[in-house]
Amino acid sequence: MKRIILKIVVIAAVAFVPFTLNAQCKGFAKKICKVELTPYIHDGNYHAAMLTIGEEAELYKTFYSDTDYRISVCGSDELPDIEFRVIDSDRNVLYTNKSNDYSRIWDFRLEASQQLKIFILVPATEGLPEDILGGCVAIMFGFKEK
Amino acid sequence: MGKKIFLSIPVKLIAIFLAAVMFSGCASDKQRRTDEDFGLDSTEISEDLLDDIGTAKQIFYSLPSPLETAMLLKSAGATYNEELLNPVSNTSNYTTNRTMALNLGIYTTDLSFASLFDQTQTSIDYMNAAKQMADGLGILDAIDNNTIERLEENINNRDVIMDIISETIMSSSSFLTENERPALASIVLVGGWIEGLYIATSLVGDSPIEDNKLVERIVDQKLSFEWVLKLLEDNQDHPDVIAIMEGINDLKSTFDKITITTSKIQPVPDEESNVTILKSESTIRITPAIFNELSEKIRTLRQNFIS
Repeated sequence: MKRIILKIVVIAAVAFVPFTLNAQCKGFAKKICKVELTPYIHDGNYHAAMLTIGEEAELYKTFYSDTDYRISVCGSDELPDIEFRVIDSDRNVLYTNKSNDYSRIWDFRLEASQQLKIFILVPATEGLPEDILGGCVAIMFGFKEK
Repeated sequence: MGKKIFLSIPVKLIAIFLAAVMFSGCASDKQRRTDEDFGLDSTEISEDLLDDIGTAKQIFYSLPSPLETAMLLKSAGATYNEELLNPVSNTSNYTTNRTMALNLGIYTTDLSFASLFDQTQTSIDYMNAAKQMADGLGILDAIDNNTIERLEENINNRDVIMDIISETIMSSSSFLTENERPALASIVLVGGWIEGLYIATSLVGDSPIEDNKLVERIVDQKLSFEWVLKLLEDNQDHPDVIAIMEGINDLKSTFDKITITTSKIQPVPDEESNVTILKSESTIRITPAIFNELSEKIRTLRQNFIS
């Protein structure tokens, strides 16, 4: 009987937890990452993923000329500092936060509209507990009204 | 930073199960892409970067949000014309998921446009229209009565209004994505994007296209159109996406006639402001005939979306 109950608990947990994690991810993005955009206006778009050590995400977006943008990339506490790079369509790395003390934000303005890629990596870091399964990584954009 | 704990369940067995489900169950996990997705030239890249590209677990295509679209229009010199907005009286016409998703995007763009031009009562009306679409789609709490009340109470506070609108967009999008409805989330974005193009092309009207900032913004949308296609292709098996693909694909032949050439980007950090200027130049090539063709296709598509 105990084994049946345990199985039911496991199945229920498996079914329920992804939704809880997603909801937590949204809450994290809203409460932590969005705040980093201030004083820029959050554009409203929501991009978040559950990632673990060594995993990557990519985001493609067109940024428009003469607009002030802020990128905010942040990971939840159980993850190490998140690395992100901004790459142009010729594969040139325009910015990497690895060279900037893993800053969570980057402010920029383009003279001409461009398609850019934001590459995100949860780096392997020494000293982290081995049982880390993952955490939320959110990518958000803000702009300034002209 | 606030403390966030994920996966704190102590039972190891459960944790293993959860990990498996979590990583297989992310709503919009994408098939791994190749470098062609970004039109990249492998001869111009370091080996390290080459190793990274195309191996991502998750890939996002981000369209300009309704708020960004409205801001881009205003900064390009757009004037406010309420007649261009989708009348709120049309809300009762939208009863299917597809039409409600499209018009959630359309009404949110109209709301953003009206708000940026300080049209207070119109903003409230369009927030209500967006609420009806969100309610119809079962998007819980994205826009509730409290949202409308906050909007009314802060109607003269631009910063708060922008925050309310961005929160509304985020809540709608995250709700649909997290509830395994990414196709509808993409349709909302496409609806909002087409509305922005419709307003922009309508405002240009018969004006000359040379040295016209608004026309430049419209041409720039060729760069976002690629992400529109990718976003829809990711959900191409969904019947509601299939229903709008034909009209969207029809735009491709016209966008293909527009040429945008951009020089190499030179990042120049400004240490005082901490803002990096990405210096580059671009040239665009579009004729009045191509512009008219694009305007007509956008008008037809938008009419189809709001009917």
